[in-house]
Amino acid sequence: MAKRSFLIPGVDKRLLIKDSIKVMPDLTRRRFIAGGASLGALTLLTGCDVIDSSSAEEVLKTVSKFNDAVQDFIFNPDALAPTFPESAITKPFPFNAYYDLDDAPDIAADDWKLEVRGLVDNKKSWTLPELYKLPQVTQITRHICVEGWSAIGSWTGTPLRDFLKLIGADTRAKYVWFQCADKDGYNSPLDMRTALHPQTQMTFKYANEILPRAYGFPMKIRVPTKLGFKNPKYVVSMEVTNDYKGGYWEDQGYNSYSGS
Amino acid sequence: MSSLAMTDEQISAKPAKVIQPTWVRVMHWTNAVAMVLMILSGWQIYNASPLFGFSFPREYTLGGWLGGGLLWHFAAMWLLMINGLAYLITGIASGRFARKLLPITPSGVLHDVRAALTFKLGHDDLTVYNYVQRLLYAGIIVVGVLIVLSGLSMWKPVQLYYLVMLFGDYPTARYVHFFCMAAICAFLVIHVLLALLVPKSLRAMIIGR
Repeated sequence: MAKRSFLIPGVDKRLLIKDSIKVMPDLTRRRFIAGGASLGALTLLTGCDVIDSSSAEEVLKTVSKFNDAVQDFIFNPDALAPTFPESAITKPFPFNAYYDLDDAPDIAADDWKLEVRGLVDNKKSWTLPELYKLPQVTQITRHICVEGWSAIGSWTGTPLRDFLKLIGADTRAKYVWFQCADKDGYNSPLDMRTALHPQTQMTFKYANEILPRAYGFPMKIRVPTKLGFKNPKYVVSMEVTNDYKGGYWEDQGYNSYSGS
Repeated sequence: MSSLAMTDEQISAKPAKVIQPTWVRVMHWTNAVAMVLMILSGWQIYNASPLFGFSFPREYTLGGWLGGGLLWHFAAMWLLMINGLAYLITGIASGRFARKLLPITPSGVLHDVRAALTFKLGHDDLTVYNYVQRLLYAGIIVVGVLIVLSGLSMWKPVQLYYLVMLFGDYPTARYVHFFCMAAICAFLVIHVLLALLVPKSLRAMIIGR
């Protein structure tokens, strides 16, 4: 057996392969499996071990952290993501996740409550009717996926910064950390400056209709200044915190800041 | 081939002058490493959501999966950008670009292309680029600038919105980025082939003479 190495220490390689396969388009997925999804596929330099993988991984992770800092530095809190006319909306807007639509969370509106935790004055949970009463705005912006594709959609909801103000959040904290109902427990941290960006939104509607299951019912966080995977769907709780708690994809190696 | 070998000996017998100064050689090979890393990791990223009806073979991709490819791409980009910027500044400030790459006249290019295709293009003086070389080297610098600008547009489409506007929109920048990559790959094939056909040019890029 050749020496195998892993992209991210501590990440279950089988799960990683499973997830990687899932993000592949159907055709590639079939070919990938047919071609034998060996662990060799995870070595950094496929086919040859020119670079010692574990030290290369350390360097890459360090550079990724450096890239987080660079992105935070160039982030302009006043720079708005471009908006589009309704005619530019992508139809149908793609469903995208690491699972099939059939496995998407099917949340009963009556049972659902948004939990609020961490550095906030008012930790009360919010029901959907309560949230629907908050002032809402609509944005038509481009959603850009980490995979490279993009699609323009129409999202309606409450600016997150208004909600954070309402619950008395400590906006000097570093992150708002979202937890979701997706299987395997999706979560993702959002840096506070982005959370306070005027276009960052608690989304309740897509194309003026109640957010469908495919797009994250009952609530998604729309962040047009971040890649798609930093736009959590099926949100069940938010925590205002100074701790970096990691995230589903962030822990597997996607750049944590992933700003647009 | 024998005439090539003879020329080689003649050249090395004389006290040779420097054809490629140290800074050119260092930046050339740094760029070579950065480019290969960018292309192979770029193919990995492309495969996550192909623009066309094909994917790149997994054996020729870097990173193992999309996340790994992205880590490589956004690390090697610094090497590519810093080295590329230093190359542009030094090339312009030292007058090397103007001296070696200009002028590029259509008649000169036509003449040298014809000569090259009939294997009559002389390589006696490597310090003077022929018109085919001038066109290719100047062209690849332009492509290099374009691929970095389109790449930055895709990386930061909101923060660098004015850059995206240069290409029209985000999806267009993505196509530009792809076609620049294709142009660089085509250049790479021709470039390596020609360097192997005229080995003393390869030697000059390694030891300078």
